[in-house]
Amino acid sequence: MAVEVVLLDFWASMFGMRVRIALAEKGIKYEYREEDLRNKSDLLLQMNPVHKKIPVLIHNGKPICESLIIVQYIDEVWNDKSPLLPSDPYKRAQARFWADFIDKKVYDTGRKLWSTKGEEHEAAKKEFLEILKTLEGELGEKPYFGGETFGFADVAFVTFSSWFYALETFGEFSMEAEHPKIFAWAKRCMQKESVAKTLPDQQKVYEFVLGMRKRLLGE
Amino acid sequence: MVEEVVVFGVWVSPYSRRVETALRLKGVPYKYIEEDLGNKSPLLLKYNPIHEKVPVLVHNGNPIAESLVILEYIDETCPQGFPILPKDPYERATARFGSKFIDDKCMPAITQACWGEGEASDKAVEEATELLMFMENELKENRFFGGERIGMVDIAANIVGFWLGTFEQVTGVELMTRDKFPNLTNWSIEFVRNNVIKENLPPREEMISYLRKKRSAR
Repeated sequence: MAVEVVLLDFWASMFGMRVRIALAEKGIKYEYREEDLRNKSDLLLQMNPVHKKIPVLIHNGKPICESLIIVQYIDEVWNDKSPLLPSDPYKRAQARFWADFIDKKVYDTGRKLWSTKGEEHEAAKKEFLEILKTLEGELGEKPYFGGETFGFADVAFVTFSSWFYALETFGEFSMEAEHPKIFAWAKRCMQKESVAKTLPDQQKVYEFVLGMRKRLLGE
Repeated sequence: MVEEVVVFGVWVSPYSRRVETALRLKGVPYKYIEEDLGNKSPLLLKYNPIHEKVPVLVHNGNPIAESLVILEYIDETCPQGFPILPKDPYERATARFGSKFIDDKCMPAITQACWGEGEASDKAVEEATELLMFMENELKENRFFGGERIGMVDIAANIVGFWLGTFEQVTGVELMTRDKFPNLTNWSIEFVRNNVIKENLPPREEMISYLRKKRSAR
């Protein structure tokens, strides 16, 4: 019998982790397939010909691409438990806005922290801290970005917490000291089984990033 | 409670036109405020402190920014009206993917191809052509990306349906030719003819004038 849900992914991808968390939240059984990003499978290229990227969710043979789109799809299809988006349209719009902000800003600037040197690196450090400040402002005193419950914007950002050690090291800052609200929020999210079981160890991610940095910068 | 809907936009922006199109499709009356991007109003900065951009929709004093987020909001708050997104989850995912593809990939490539210079522009022409081909193949011989009626992807693709033609005319760069893109070409003709869409496009000659001025100011 064909497996109903397949996920094409890469262990360190914060985008893939979002999908894994959503699947765990909903209690969905699926087949996980690890991709070698330097030697992408025919299946991946066939299922995501436009971007050729992971994650790709394959549901009954049909592909869904782009992590936040996949998470919304999962939320809409398996709508019997653990809603990830709130029911109020305005709150939904806010959740989508912040997930979009995280997508547009955190990855690209974060990447520059470990992949650049000199002036570009200095600029990235400043920019990244501004982004964290903005996110902390939005979080405020709430337990989660979604308010009282873990939701869409939390899923979008929490996966980056597995990259915090790497980002702190290359960004030369301390999340706990300089952005305590985000630090506390990440710890709170880790108390959820779906998050704790999904996120890889920060040290492992750091070593992976070190390897990428070496290849890019030769050091 | 009286519903108050305000749209902050600029007349040349495909993004703010998307929001107006969606409101018109739903039959929602709104107040429009034209922004001067060189001198943004305190209200705009108050309603969109994060990006400081248009469009912003303000519904009963509550602001929403980012055009695609706004389109979904409009669709969800007016579920009985004209459907912007399909009902089926897989089709919704496809519509979201298409809209994001236009914003993340097509728009930057088209802009660079038409307005960039030298090698960067040549590369962008190649890239934009490849991206438009994805759209061409996705559309097939359907009337609209939404099927028989316009939908979210059509609204998002207003850049391709209208603005691209004006860029091509002003810069001389040719991207969407009929022989390469018969489906997209037919679609763009249908698109600009659509009653609601055409009410929400800037007058072509004025758009071209504006772009010409911008080009010579560089």
